[in-house]
Amino acid sequence: MKVRIPAPLRSYTRERHEVEAAGSTLGAVLGDLERRYPGIRFRMIDEQDAIRRHIRIFVNGEQVRSLQVPLGAADEVLVVQALSGG
Amino acid sequence: MNPSLAAPKPAAGPVLLVVATRKGAFLLRSDPARRGWRLSGPLFLGHTVHHGLLDPRDRRTLLLAARTGHLGPTVFRSLDMGRTWQEAVRPPAFPKAAEGRKGRVVDHVFWLTPGLTAEPGVWYAGTSPQGLFRSDDAGATWSPVPGFNDHPMLEKWTGGEQDGTPEGPKLHSILVDPRDPAHLYVGMSSGGVFESRDRGASWAPLNAGCLADFLPDPHPEYGHDPHCVRLHPLAPDILYQQNHCGIYRMTRSEGRWARIGASMPKRVGDIGFPMVLHPRDPDQAWVFPMDGGTVWPRTSPGGRPAVYGTRNAGKTWQRLAAGLPKGQAWLTVKRQAMSADRHEPVGIYFGTTNGEIWASRNQGARWTCIARHLPHVYAVEAVGLRP
Repeated sequence: MKVRIPAPLRSYTRERHEVEAAGSTLGAVLGDLERRYPGIRFRMIDEQDAIRRHIRIFVNGEQVRSLQVPLGAADEVLVVQALSGG
Repeated sequence: MNPSLAAPKPAAGPVLLVVATRKGAFLLRSDPARRGWRLSGPLFLGHTVHHGLLDPRDRRTLLLAARTGHLGPTVFRSLDMGRTWQEAVRPPAFPKAAEGRKGRVVDHVFWLTPGLTAEPGVWYAGTSPQGLFRSDDAGATWSPVPGFNDHPMLEKWTGGEQDGTPEGPKLHSILVDPRDPAHLYVGMSSGGVFESRDRGASWAPLNAGCLADFLPDPHPEYGHDPHCVRLHPLAPDILYQQNHCGIYRMTRSEGRWARIGASMPKRVGDIGFPMVLHPRDPDQAWVFPMDGGTVWPRTSPGGRPAVYGTRNAGKTWQRLAAGLPKGQAWLTVKRQAMSADRHEPVGIYFGTTNGEIWASRNQGARWTCIARHLPHVYAVEAVGLRP
């Protein structure tokens, strides 16, 4: 499925805005993303498997908060990182 | 165990300053006379870099402790003096908690310490919230030190995650006894100074004699707020610390901190963040006092910045301000932002939160601003390069 990557994480995807990853849950998709682009997962997901503060993940336009969310091959994942602070 | 180690010859080559800032890292390289400086960077522009070090064992490996906006923390590493970079394969992270239990999360890596020459590739990292991590492969993979991170007393020692600095409680000042790699010290803000003699498997507080005037009992066993702790590399039984409650020195066999800041001028006080030691003389040290009165402005007292140095283990202090602004200069120098080289006379360097780097190549007798308009400086670390 397609995963859209925010600008601060594109150093991991060789500047690609959109990449492919596979899996039947959001956690599995992020695991596949990590295999393809090592290091990217820990910058979005902490060591307790929580989505980091100010990171938002949307599936088909709906925000999700759990890595257990089931996904299908036609779903589209969008990762957003808030830009705040000075 | 030898009480002291043989003094090496003073360094003679160029000096490299690794400057870590809130918006990236910079390198400042001197000529051999330390008169001219060349600034390069930024490295990782826009990333918050809390600490950066060139490995003194190989003078090639550079490690930067970074986080990026709201992205998770990591360590960037270069094995070729900054020409190319890789990210740690496994950055410092606490273990995943058992189902139903709340696990801890590293907010940022705050402190890096290389191991001894006899242990190439070994590094330690301190994090916020307080955690201790070790790498055996030059920073590629990091493992928790469970004897510290899972210590049953840790929450009592630290007061929990709400206590500590405005940017979060920190583990800092990781010190390795140069005679014995199993003998470690750490400082925690808050928590105090702690010591391990078995490579981190067990720990004990080391705070006797140190004041904690913000607690109901001002002389507790733990709960103190060391800002910066130093161990003398040639006389490793001599420890110094700049604490929230003054400047202290300890001879380890006595096991008790003595407040050597009591001899600082009263109008200046003995509050500050950083402290650096003379590389060869354990009686010489320098601090950068700040205003710790009323609401703790943490700026130079009276807007008149000065380094204070002692040549007699804190019995007396000398104001060292020649070349620094004479007034209306409200500088803050953070705990990792002051460093010394190994030349003779010793060079001292500090970076300010308003982005200036100041250097003295004569032990503070005269200061020169060698860089300005940098971002908020978190750390300045000096390493001698080969002549």
